[in-house]
Parts: sequence; C-alpha cells; structure tokens
Amino acid sequence: MAPSLSTEVCPSLTIGAPTMLASGILGISADVFARVAEAGAGAVVTKSVSREPRDGYQNPTVTGVRGGGWLNAVGLSNPGAGSMAGMLAAAAGGRRGAPVIVSLVGSAGPEFEQMAGLFEEECGGAVAAYELNLSCPHVARVGLEVGDDPALVREVVRATKGATGAPVIAKVGLGSARYMDTVEAALAAGADAITAINTVRAMSIDVAAMRPVLSNGIGGLSGPPIRPIAVRCVYEIALQHGAPVIGCGGVSCWEDAVEFMLAGASAVQVGSAVAGAGWVGVFSEINAGVRRYMEDNGFSGVREVVGLAVQRR
Amino acid sequence: MRAVEEVVQETPTVRTLAFTDAAMHAALPGQFAMVWAPGAGELPMSVMVHRGEGKAAFTVRRHGPASSGLFGTAVGGLIGVRGPYGNSFDVRRGRLLLVGGGTGMVPLMRLLSRAGGDDDVTVLIGARTAGEVFFEEAAGRPPGGSGSRAVEVSTEDGSRGRKGLVTAAAEEALGAGRFDAVYTCGPELMMLGVVRAATARGVFVQASLERVMKCGVGMCGSCCAGADIVCRDGTVFDGDHLLANPDFGRSYRNKAGAPEAYGDARGAPAPGAGIGSR
Ligand SMILES: Cc1cc2nc3c(=O)[nH]c(=O)nc-3n(C[C@H](O)[C@H](O)[C@H](O)COP(=O)(O)OP(=O)(O)OC[C@H]3O[C@@H](n4cnc5c(N)ncnc54)[C@H](O)[C@@H]3O)c2cc1C
Ligand SMILES: Cc1cc2nc3c(=O)[nH]c(=O)nc-3n(C[C@H](O)[C@H](O)[C@H](O)COP(=O)(O)O)c2cc1C
Ligand code: FES
Repeated sequence: MAPSLSTEVCPSLTIGAPTMLASGILGISADVFARVAEAGAGAVVTKSVSREPRDGYQNPTVTGVRGGGWLNAVGLSNPGAGSMAGMLAAAAGGRRGAPVIVSLVGSAGPEFEQMAGLFEEECGGAVAAYELNLSCPHVARVGLEVGDDPALVREVVRATKGATGAPVIAKVGLGSARYMDTVEAALAAGADAITAINTVRAMSIDVAAMRPVLSNGIGGLSGPPIRPIAVRCVYEIALQHGAPVIGCGGVSCWEDAVEFMLAGASAVQVGSAVAGAGWVGVFSEINAGVRRYMEDNGFSGVREVVGLAVQRR
Repeated sequence: MRAVEEVVQETPTVRTLAFTDAAMHAALPGQFAMVWAPGAGELPMSVMVHRGEGKAAFTVRRHGPASSGLFGTAVGGLIGVRGPYGNSFDVRRGRLLLVGGGTGMVPLMRLLSRAGGDDDVTVLIGARTAGEVFFEEAAGRPPGGSGSRAVEVSTEDGSRGRKGLVTAAAEEALGAGRFDAVYTCGPELMMLGVVRAATARGVFVQASLERVMKCGVGMCGSCCAGADIVCRDGTVFDGDHLLANPDFGRSYRNKAGAPEAYGDARGAPAPGAGIGSR
C-alpha cells in the first residue's frame, strides 16, 4: 500500500497532507485559499488578522536578499477580523479544499478572546484551528513583543482557548527573550501545538542609495537562510517537550520538509518558496517527494518519520 | 540602482524617465517592474519602450507621495528597479485595436512596438482634457511595412478629439470595422466596457489589470482579484476569463486587503489606493 500523506498535527487536527500555506502568504482571499488547496496544501493559514483593519507600511515592503532569501516588513496589513470572518462565512457554503487555520494578532487577552469569539459566531464550522501570531518581528506592541512576555503569552493563549473549542496553535519566533520561555508559557496555558518559527529580525541597506531598503528599516528574514535555525528550534521543542510542532522557515523542497519531520514536526508550513519558479505547484512537488521518501524507506505514514532524528545523535 | 539618463515632459503631470537596463529593455509588452524612488516609495510601473540600445523607461503620472517622488527624479538621480514581472499580451497579427486611458497607454506603446509592420493598428486614447493627452504622435508613427497606424483621441470635456469616453469610441470602432484583436489598459471600468464590447462581437480581447502590489512575485497576495493573483497570473488576462472573474470591474482590495467597490464609471481615483488613478 502506498504510504499516506495525512498527518495528525495535534489530537484534534488531522490534515490530508503535511504541507500548509504559511500565514501572510497569498493569505487574504477565500478563492485563493481554494486554489492553494487544489494545488496540494493540506491546510491554509490566513494572513494574521487584527481587531481593526491595518494598512501596513508603505512599499518597499518586500525585497529579495542578495545571496538568498527574502526580507519583508509589510506591517501586518490586513482587512481586520470582521472582514476575514465575513469572507470565510460566505465561502463556507460551497467549500472545497483544505482546512482553514485563522491567524490572530493582537496585544492582550481580551482582543484575542473577542476575535476568536467573532470567528466562532460568524463561521465557527469553517475554522479548523487558530494560530496565534506571537512572533511578527516588525510591528510595535504585537507579535514578538507579546511573545517576549511569558505572562502575556499565558494570558492570550488562555483567552483564546476560552473562546473556542478548536485547537489553538502558538506561533513563536526569535525575539529578545528566550524563545523556549514562550513555548513553555504557551503549552502551560493549554496551547495544542507550536509553530516554529516566524521570520527573523533583519535588514538590508542599499549601497548606492545608502539607506535601508524597507520603508520600515527593519523587517523579517525568510526563506532558505533561516531553515537551519528553524530546524534547530523544532528539534529543541520536540526534545524538551515532546509537544506537537509545525515546522516553518525556508521549506522549499521535499528534503526540507522531511528534515523538519525528522526534527519533530508533524507538518510544515511553506511561505517564501511560493515565489519560486514552481509557484503554488511547490505544494504537490513537496508532497510527492515526501511520499516517495516514505516509500523508499518503508514508512507507511508521516507519524513514523516525525521525530526520528530526535532520538539519534 | 539605475541612474535616470533622460527625462521627457509628456504633459504637466506626466514624465518619461529613461535608463539603461538590459532586462527591462527586453521586457515583453504588458510586463511591469517594481520601481523604487528612495525616500518616496516603491510602485508597480509598466515598462515603457525606449529605442536606445539596452534602454527602457517608465512613464509616470504625478499623484500621491510615491509617484511624485518618481516624477521628481532628475537626470542622474537613482531609482531601484526589480522585475520584469508578470505575463504579457498575446500580440496577434492583422487588424488590431488598442484602447488606452491615461498611463494605461504605457504597456500599449510597448505592444505597438511589437506589432508587425504589415498590421493595421487603430489606437484610441482617452483623457479627461486636452492637456492630459500624451503619446499621440508616437502612436501614429507609420510602421515600416504596408500596414497603417491610426490614432483617435477622446476627451471627456471635448477640448481635443471627440467629446466623451474612450469606451464610446471603442464601441463605434468595433461596430464599424472588423478587428482581429483588441487590447486595453486603463481605469478598470473603462476596460470592462471595452472587454464587453469586444466579447459581444466575438473579438479576441485582452486587458491588463492594476492592483495593490507589494512583492510582485506571487507571495504576499495583496494583488488578488477573484482567484487570480494579478502580478503572477497576469497582469494581462483574456476577456472571457475576466468576465468570469467576480471582482473584474466590481471591486479591488485596498491597502489593508479589504474589498472595496469601484467608484463611478469615469474611473475616478479610488480612495487611498491609487487604483484606477492611471
Ligand atoms: C501593473 C501596474 C502598472 C502600472 N503602471 C503605471 C505606469 O506606467 N505609470 C503610472 O503612472 N502608474 C502606473 N501604475 C499605477 C501606480 O503603481 C500607482 O498606483 C499610481 O502611480 C499612484 O501612486 P501614488 O504614489 O500617486 O499614490 P496614491 O494613489 O496617492 O496612494 C498613496 C500611496 O499608496 C501606495 N500605492 C499606491 N498605488 C499602489 C499600488 N498599485 N501598489 C502598491 N502601493 C501603492 C504608494 O505608497 C503611494 O504613494 C501601475 C500600476 C500597476 C499595478
Ligand atoms: C510577505 C510575508 C508576510 C508574512 N505575514 C505573516 C503574518 O501575517 N503572520 C505570521 O504569523 N507570519 C507571517 N509571515 C511569516 C511566514 O508565515 C513564515 O513564518 C516565514 O516567512 C518563514 O517561512 P518561509 O521561510 O517559508 O517563508 C510573513 C512572511 C512573509 C514573507
Ligand atoms: S504583489 Fe504580492 S502576490 Fe502579487
């Protein structure tokens, strides 16, 4: 029998393929989500939504990095939780495709509680899980600034858990505190899984213009350059907590996906790689490669691969 | 970064900035670049044709902060250019109709440069008023072969050419003659009119869409229209595809990514997005 691509992300969330669309990538349209699902993604994560709409920063907001990878500071531009919930509700009727995970961003518990409550009311059945953005590196008072404060992390995880029965995933990144403190706080407060990692705070300066390229100056680095960092984080989380982990950072081919699985990830998210030549075709390419790898190595399912390297050194 | 080598004042508010860049020189008609005026901002801009070896240009209308910064870049000033991005027009042979509004004329000029010398091309230019008409002379330059070039200007106030919207001129041209293909770029409601008119007569038509663009490479999603990612699936789409797209001519995503309806049929600048302002 051919090995199965389906994977249990956490006990209440099983998806048909181990590749997800990462938050903030093609992330504001239900029609596009359906297309990405058809292209093979096992789940799609929405752009992080805040209580109120945000315009984000002016361009340049995205730039390629000499030597590889991408740098962005879009400034969490998003249509707001109300608009996103309305769109998902309207799309829910004729739903095709993969589970939708809603990414939430905010500064304090009540905001998260209110937003999750709003989604539950408007389109609860259409939301497979919530991912809390505790890791955006370029906007004040949200993202990493929340993630860096374990007490606040506990507060927002508890608040979200209180508003929904769906799984709650904490997305962590590398801030100025120990990221493992964020992981521990989230798990202690009841988070069902951890996504690791977000972009890494970084910048580019144009030598001819003699000024930072991004309008915000500082942004977040994504793509292949951060993959080894992300693999290390997934490995450490799996080793220390044995908690469900979703790997994110620089996945662009099946080897990258398998590397994360061996480190302990039950699924991976794909972001910057969609900018590559294969575009959204990258999902089916990765899935096919993972399946071949399982076949070649005699595995019948993803679960048998997850964390294999954690016990070996 | 590229140094601006030449600035041409097309109208009081429109300038063409030329520079040397082999990739941009080779851009296909309809492709665009992300253009950075340091300190002012970065915008998607159609790649304008330039006959100099290895040269290309941008033709920009001064409007908000980023376009004003680009417009104000003098000879010797530096601009950042990435791309070319997007697909291109399918340039057919025979009798072609080009319908442009404002800076929507830019990709049509590159298309015109790729039309065959034996093709008969009619170019309809739309503007609010006489002082805003540009590229009229360049568009009418006779081709090398046996073909022809005809240019007709429409202004909303009637100060030049025929009075009224360029869509009316397009309707009339399509009613009077047989065309092998129609190409349009400009305010979206104008393109909607042109696409409908051509489709109703069974004529092949393509339009180039404008949306908020951040990455230009199919990653950020800001440019979505229906299930299409305009920077990567487009910006050029076939008419029948567009008429099946629920957003075409109806709504666009603003900077926050929320859907907003297009305004009146004259393609007035939509609030806060720059969309439709060309
Ligand atoms: C594919 C494509 C090709 C284009 N080609 C041309 C051209 O050849 N010539 C031309 O003059 N215009 C062109 N435009 C329109 C141009 O990109 C701007 O929308 C327009 O110049 C208005 O910018 P503004 O600075 O005047 O901003 P406003 O309309 O006043 O908006 C304020 C700010 O919003 C941001 N903004 C505005 N429009 C966009 C956008 N589309 N994407 C991302 N951010 C934006 C900028 O920071 C801008 O300064 C094109 C647009 C697209 C999508
Ligand atoms: C343009 C862009 C926008 C992003 N927006 C978000 C966001 O809204 N919320 C979030 O949690 N992560 C966001 N991210 C981070 C990605 O989800 C992902 O964590 C990161 O890019 C690393 O993965 P990659 O190397 O596969 O791109 C964004 C990344 C990019 C490039
Ligand atoms: S501009 Fe980013 S996806 Fe099109």
